[in-house]
Amino acid sequence: MTQALDEIKIGGMGASRKRVEDNRFIRGKGNYTDDIHLPGMLHMEILRSPVAHARITRIDASKAWEIPGVHLVLTGEMMATRNLAWMPTLSYDTQAVLATDKVRFQGQEVACVIADDPYIAKDACEAIEIDYEPLPVVVNPMQAGEPDAPIIRDDKENQAGNVIYDWEVGDAEGTDRAFEQADVVSRLQLHYPRSHPSPIECCGSIADFNRSTSKLTVYMTTQAPHIIRAAVALVAELPEHMIRIISPDIGGGFGNKVPVYPGYVCSILASILLERPVKWIEDKTGNLISTGFARDVYLDGELALRRDGKILGMRMRTLADHGAFFSDAQPSKFKIGLMHSTFGCYDVPVAHLAARGLYTNKAPGGVAYRCSFRVTEAMFFQERMMHAAANDLGMDQAEFRRINLVRDDQFPHRTPLGFLLDSGQYGACLELGLKAVGYEDFLRQKEEARKNGRLLGIGISTMSEPLGAGNSREYDILGIKMFDSAEIRVHMTGKALLRTGARGQGQGHETTWAQIVAHELGIPADDVTVEEGDTDTAPFGMGTYASRSTPVAGAAIAMVCRKVRAKARKLAAHLLEVSEEDIEWELGRFYVRSAPDRGVTIQECAMAAYSNMPDGMEPGLENNAYYDPPNLTWPFACYIVTVEVDPETGVWDVLNMVAVDDCGVRINPMIVEGQIMGGLTEAFAMSSMQFITFDSEGNCIGSNYMDYLIPTSWETPGFELHGEVVTPCPHHPIGAKGVGECAAVGGPAAFVNAVMDALAGTGVRNIDMPLLPDRVWEAITERHDVSGAPPVRSDG
Amino acid sequence: MYPSRFRYEAARSLDQAVRLLRDGGDEAKVLAGGQSLIPMMKLRFASPELLVDINNIPGLDYHHADPDGSIHVGALCRHADLEHSGLLQSRQPTMAAAAPLIADPLVRNRGTLVGSLCHADPQGDWASVVLALGGSIVAHGPDGRRTIPAADFVLGPFENALAHDEIAVEAIIPAPRGAPAGGYLKLERRVGDFATAGVAVAIETDGAMVTRAGIALTGVGGSTIKATAAEAALTGRPLTAETIAEAGRLAAEAAQPKSDHRGSATYKRHIVRTFVVRILGRIEGTQERAA
Ligand SMILES: Cc1cc2nc3c(=O)[nH]c(=O)nc-3n(C[C@H](O)[C@H](O)[C@H](O)COP(=O)(O)OP(=O)(O)OC[C@H]3O[C@@H](n4cnc5c(N)ncnc54)[C@H](O)[C@@H]3O)c2cc1C
Repeated sequence: MTQALDEIKIGGMGASRKRVEDNRFIRGKGNYTDDIHLPGMLHMEILRSPVAHARITRIDASKAWEIPGVHLVLTGEMMATRNLAWMPTLSYDTQAVLATDKVRFQGQEVACVIADDPYIAKDACEAIEIDYEPLPVVVNPMQAGEPDAPIIRDDKENQAGNVIYDWEVGDAEGTDRAFEQADVVSRLQLHYPRSHPSPIECCGSIADFNRSTSKLTVYMTTQAPHIIRAAVALVAELPEHMIRIISPDIGGGFGNKVPVYPGYVCSILASILLERPVKWIEDKTGNLISTGFARDVYLDGELALRRDGKILGMRMRTLADHGAFFSDAQPSKFKIGLMHSTFGCYDVPVAHLAARGLYTNKAPGGVAYRCSFRVTEAMFFQERMMHAAANDLGMDQAEFRRINLVRDDQFPHRTPLGFLLDSGQYGACLELGLKAVGYEDFLRQKEEARKNGRLLGIGISTMSEPLGAGNSREYDILGIKMFDSAEIRVHMTGKALLRTGARGQGQGHETTWAQIVAHELGIPADDVTVEEGDTDTAPFGMGTYASRSTPVAGAAIAMVCRKVRAKARKLAAHLLEVSEEDIEWELGRFYVRSAPDRGVTIQECAMAAYSNMPDGMEPGLENNAYYDPPNLTWPFACYIVTVEVDPETGVWDVLNMVAVDDCGVRINPMIVEGQIMGGLTEAFAMSSMQFITFDSEGNCIGSNYMDYLIPTSWETPGFELHGEVVTPCPHHPIGAKGVGECAAVGGPAAFVNAVMDALAGTGVRNIDMPLLPDRVWEAITERHDVSGAPPVRSDG
Repeated sequence: MYPSRFRYEAARSLDQAVRLLRDGGDEAKVLAGGQSLIPMMKLRFASPELLVDINNIPGLDYHHADPDGSIHVGALCRHADLEHSGLLQSRQPTMAAAAPLIADPLVRNRGTLVGSLCHADPQGDWASVVLALGGSIVAHGPDGRRTIPAADFVLGPFENALAHDEIAVEAIIPAPRGAPAGGYLKLERRVGDFATAGVAVAIETDGAMVTRAGIALTGVGGSTIKATAAEAALTGRPLTAETIAEAGRLAAEAAQPKSDHRGSATYKRHIVRTFVVRILGRIEGTQERAA
């Protein structure tokens, strides 16, 4: 009998294979949009509004046109003549491409210049004269909801105020009854501040319209090339087969590169008008002040509690600031994303959520920054609320969670707000985390330290987030169902080319996808090329965000491999001259059941598919698969942080952080750990420093990397990762649940809870993120909560 | 980010650089480490017509101590040189403490101490350090050289006392007369961030007695602030819990912070006091251990 292949050796499931894409990235050989130079290419720069809300009374671009090297100046008026001044958003609203009537946020696109080089384009932008007549500015949803608030969207006919939607889910009356029966009602109000995904590579595009072929090729920074193709077909009214979207290497996306931005549209129009390639590369400030932000939600909720710690009911109200246009990237059924996944991992009998969204004079586009559609806010609120409720009950944080976490024998578990959770071992994860951090010991240390005036604290966050949208019944974007796809060609010599409808931006798709092929077909991962991002070659897919690639595209890869294997089995039967029923499969090889020494490898089958197929069989060994997942996947995580707070300065240091992630089967454990570390870093960032705020005039504070702080390796603490608990997803072909976002979603609350724990005894219940030293110090010295968007203080 | 059009000249000697500056008039600027000037140009906050690059001028990248004990820092001595300087570590505790707190390693590899003084950013760290140490700046112009005390060098935010055709060639830290002690503490939100508040303390002692005290504050006013009352409260006295607390209180009073996204004015004042007390407390602790 031959020895079966060693799956780890061929880079299959469970192999910590080095990332193949890094080969080119660390050598500086990546091919990003800005690396592409086409013959005859022109350059576009955008002129943005310096003010947040104003009527445009005059635009005079004549001086810009006069500058040598300028080819085209686009203004809203010119866009309007082509019906392109406005475009549809991903949430059934409209967004200005170039402003015509008013500007509605600082940084809004007002005009574009296309010139021989970007320096000239920039000079010409400065030569455009614009008169702005200032209008009152609305910078938060509370102001926006006031009866006399200025109406921001006066372009919309039936828009009476600034409310975009009122949306609710759950059982309001049942929840009221639960609160009537409660021994204790615990309430918490907080703000999840606005942040920005801020990928290092900003957005950009090169539009190349070729008049002789009528074909439009657009190289662009997009996480979802097929959605863009559809959008361009609809907005620009070009035939879809004449549009080719190529998404080359992407320097980070984090949700920021899902929407359609005015810059893309203008570069496309300019290329069509000038019949030359037009490149637009956004600068950092443009990216930070105008493209898809994240969060900016005010959350207010309560838990109905029994004295013994059991949660009887939950209710929550959210007030979301969507900026000037409702351009959130999210499933169309759910107005505030999957906010109602909150408290999913706890056994809560009844719940209700009411959500309101409003327009303000701020940049539009609540994108899912490393979170599956607003679940970051949902889980943050959940875990901050749990912390506050345990304190209100005078109960240990771990014990309170033990009492309420969904037990292993309760799956499948239906949540009161409508989700179905399939599997998990929540208790085991919590206990593992507590043991790893030395929970009881730390509580004793904390008491000791307090006697010497030192403030130590510990914070727990346990959560399960929904990933992998969709299933097509419930999840769509603009009506396009959220499935995904894969296509494989096995060449004659047994090497393969795999394409999917996803689009990686650093997640390591080129590495892990090949590992799924290795697992399913026994073809060594090194023999598989993975390609994504070109709509002329890749099968249709919804792209990569919301941790959906492994749950959806990854499943499609397994399914297409199984189709190919089924055909290879027929070829094997032919080669071995036995009937198909007598054939068995082991990794990489078919053999005769009764004579296991007689077998053929998958490579031999591949050769036969092109050289020796049975009569009547279609030649070749390739196929495709579209995968519509039956449900979301629900990984679970337990994050525990310990901190020390300096009471004199408010500075806090992380002493230890333990992360237990049960994300189902791990395809490449090293990549999984990398994803978790990245997520924890972002969680630390949110809790400590990373936010965007606005002054009362709507000026964006956080428009460059001196003000928008992203932690460096210097301040980021070390993390201790645990992956011992593995609960395979019962409905996913390879049992994976997705992991890209868990740590960024569940992590922030662990940091904040730890600092709040250190402040226990001061009477402070909440400090809103980020926990900048001055806010912590203010809470300690003034003994009050520090809430709301971090103020841009005027002189004090 | 695309700056406006500018001309660029790489000077080979100080005299050539001065000529270029004189011919360029108000629209010419010296380019040293470029870590303040280049970002300003890219943001189009500054649009000089001519850059006079001094990086190729030989003999400006030094820092050394003269026989009399004074320390001299040339115009092309980088922050990183000072960070790794054995000389500062053994002889100049305030400078040694400040160097690693400037910006991040990348900026430190290019940026210069002299350039930082010329830039006169109220949040620049070196200005407080040099002010606390009673240093001065040597300017080289068409008519030769002159020495300008640090206290007179900065005229206001982003404004220095150089004529448009003068180049700052070195900074001088005078020789201490007593035993030097001191430190620099900076509160920053993140590595590479400018100071929310920073405190430079440089004292000299004779036995237990403080013979000279320099205290200067970063980021808590329109310019670097010299906390003269706090200095006076220490001079001629020993370091004790009382004198230290008093110096902290007076330094906080001297600060003129504004509330902004880095913190409230109250908080910044409080940090000044805390840091003065911490630095002096550490010195006092060392003295006690030595005694
Ligand atoms: C990301 C970042 C973070 C930073 N953080 C800090 C920080 O935390 N603390 C801090 O103190 N600084 C910080 N800086 C500023 C940095 O220290 C600069 O290096 C310094 O301010 C200027 O020195 P330079 O040699 O780079 O000068 P340049 O940028 O070359 O010049 C600055 C100005 O000084 C003039 N100038 C320079 N040298 C001379 C000379 N010899 N004679 C006459 N005029 C001259 C120039 O004309 C220009 O106007 C930071 C900079 C960056 C980019």
